[in-house]
Amino acid sequence: MSSSWPLWEVFVRGKRGLNHVHVGSLHAPDAEMAVRNARDVYTRRNEGVSIWVVPAAAITASSPDEKDPFFEPSGDKVYRHPTFYEIPEDVPHL
Amino acid sequence: MDLEAQFERTVAAEQRVEPRDWMPDGYRKTLIRQIAQHAHSEIIGMQPEGNWISRAPSLRRKAILLAKVQDEAGHGLYLYAATETLGADRGELTEKLISGRQKYSSIFNYPTLSYADVGVIGWLVDGAAICNQVPLCRTSYGPYARAMIRICKEESFHQRQGYELLMTMMSGTDAQRAMVQESVNRWWWPSLMMFGPPDAESSNTEQSMKWRIKRNTNDELRQKFVDMTVPQARKLGVTLPDPELRWNPERGHHDFGQPDWDEFWQVVGGNGPTNAQRIAHRRKAHEDGEWVRAAAAAHAAKHAVREGVA
Repeated sequence: MSSSWPLWEVFVRGKRGLNHVHVGSLHAPDAEMAVRNARDVYTRRNEGVSIWVVPAAAITASSPDEKDPFFEPSGDKVYRHPTFYEIPEDVPHL
Repeated sequence: MDLEAQFERTVAAEQRVEPRDWMPDGYRKTLIRQIAQHAHSEIIGMQPEGNWISRAPSLRRKAILLAKVQDEAGHGLYLYAATETLGADRGELTEKLISGRQKYSSIFNYPTLSYADVGVIGWLVDGAAICNQVPLCRTSYGPYARAMIRICKEESFHQRQGYELLMTMMSGTDAQRAMVQESVNRWWWPSLMMFGPPDAESSNTEQSMKWRIKRNTNDELRQKFVDMTVPQARKLGVTLPDPELRWNPERGHHDFGQPDWDEFWQVVGGNGPTNAQRIAHRRKAHEDGEWVRAAAAAHAAKHAVREGVA
């Protein structure tokens, strides 16, 4: 429809207390129109109380190709999890 | 690990493929074609019902119909956005639609001759669409599956409003009941065609099932739709126009007749009652909107310059 209009990624906060979550994308000539279009496309049924739009070109993502090595550092650090520690069952509230 | 093996393992494990993952060219191309065709169907699907907005019999019915047609536009946009994550260009897809190089569902090439058609489209056409679409919520391509989840939630409103509209008409006068029956007679067979040709003639099924971008065969879905619809028709008090339709206790399903597949291929080939009209209307809307797109772009460019200076 308008490859000349930039692509925006849309994030919606479902209700107060929740994070904004990515819901999809759309084209719009500027940020203001992107917010208005996002309201019409992604929140026709009270799906949100707040919308963020971000130019798709402004997003930097980790590359899926380096998936394994990139996230590997956390893989062998089992001591970061509470279940790593053995505590006698009769110790309360722990 | 070998990229193709990794892709196949992901799909076989019922995990989702995401936009930046490696995928075979065939998978990408097939998905773009399938999702674009679906998006085009939503957009063209606005026309037959939009035809009745100005003539809906009450403000309530008008507001409902407007909301429904607006939903169809939204569904088209979710799906176009999904194709773009695969590298498709939105402008190019629109161009392919209005030049007839990409297809949309054959059902939208039938005219809406009476107001009862609005109800029957909601009940049968959207009902058939739901049968097709619910399994796609589990399709292997993440953005497509997520779009389908949103769409299915909204389709449920479409189907229920259609059925309620028909219940209202069926509790009216004899003329209204006759209008509903006449509409059911016209839409039943085209609705069965929405699931595509019989499995034996469906060329894409096997590979698409392997890729998990199709989850059931055409005939399986058609059977499911018939089984679902028969009790709804009974409750409504209309007759489905198929003399072969009857319950088969051995199979645990209804037996039913075959649609006229020659008609189906004629409509797919561009010779349905309204193919030319639908495309001409879509092309005109696109061309008439050009000045709006240009003005919005110019406005944005002007403000970008001002803000840059400030």
